[in-house]
Amino acid sequence: MDSKAFDPAAGAQPGDRFAGTPLRQTARDALKIVIVGGFGVGKTTMVGSVSEIRPLSTEETMTRAGIGIDDPGRVESKRTTTVAFDFGRISLDEQRVLYLFGAPGQERFWFLWDQLFSGSLGAIVLVDTRRLEECFYSVDRLEAHAMPFVVAVNRFDGPRPRLDRVRDALSLDDGIPLVECDARTRESSKSVLITLVRHLTHLREPSAVQEVAP
Amino acid sequence: MNPRPLDREDPDRLYTVTRGRSEAGDDTLDLVALIVAEDEPEPGMQSEHAAILRLCRGNPVAVVELSARLRLPVSVMKILLLDLRDMGRITVRHPSSAAAPTAYAADLETLKQVLVGLESI
Repeated sequence: MDSKAFDPAAGAQPGDRFAGTPLRQTARDALKIVIVGGFGVGKTTMVGSVSEIRPLSTEETMTRAGIGIDDPGRVESKRTTTVAFDFGRISLDEQRVLYLFGAPGQERFWFLWDQLFSGSLGAIVLVDTRRLEECFYSVDRLEAHAMPFVVAVNRFDGPRPRLDRVRDALSLDDGIPLVECDARTRESSKSVLITLVRHLTHLREPSAVQEVAP
Repeated sequence: MNPRPLDREDPDRLYTVTRGRSEAGDDTLDLVALIVAEDEPEPGMQSEHAAILRLCRGNPVAVVELSARLRLPVSVMKILLLDLRDMGRITVRHPSSAAAPTAYAADLETLKQVLVGLESI
């Protein structure tokens, strides 16, 4: 499954007031979960499978001095770094709405983290085992940010390594849930979100009974 | 090559939209702060301001969603929203996590409610 299945360019048109559901009038507390992963790993697919709106895309442009290639044809590239990200949402109850962000995990995008994703409940690292090395950096940075996370291996065709091998390869602590998922299906993506929130709850209750992630 | 809408945006236009301001400073808005219009758009109003008021009339809309729907970068949207707030034309519902310590954004009760909500979708 390619994330292009939800082409943001084909999404909301400027005129359509809400291509999906508007938020409830009573909504007052928005929460965030970030899905981190390499290009094409299925972040937008996962967002789309559980979101109540078609995934939307936007950009953040940040001024960074001295960055960019000296190209007279694109003067602005000297001054700014732009990153695109996708998101969707789930209304949880009358007041709470959960926003899901698909964020690129590459090194050059991590400057976004503090500015955009601080205050997130936690993160899901979405992994393609054929390109496992792409998420080493994300795992390191999440740990450095003390951002709690779970790791979800997205199912792709072809041979799949056992989860314990993936855990070893990523040097994941035993306490960090590692699950398989199919980001295309709502139930599977929902299950990953629930795994994350249970993990967060568990971190808050160190004395709680050990719980094995589903 | 599939250029995204904002890639075609003329930087000069963005500069004009924000009247040259490049950042919102310390007084900033969370990506998921919810915006509610308190006022109708008026003739002669800056068109982006009017568009924002139209979008968040009646139901709240998150900063990031306004950014996506009006195709303006998040930082530009934040500046426009702070203008509108200062004019008293919108109210902002800040996320509870904005006041929380950085490592743990939600308390246990919130997490339990999130779990209940997720299980019911």
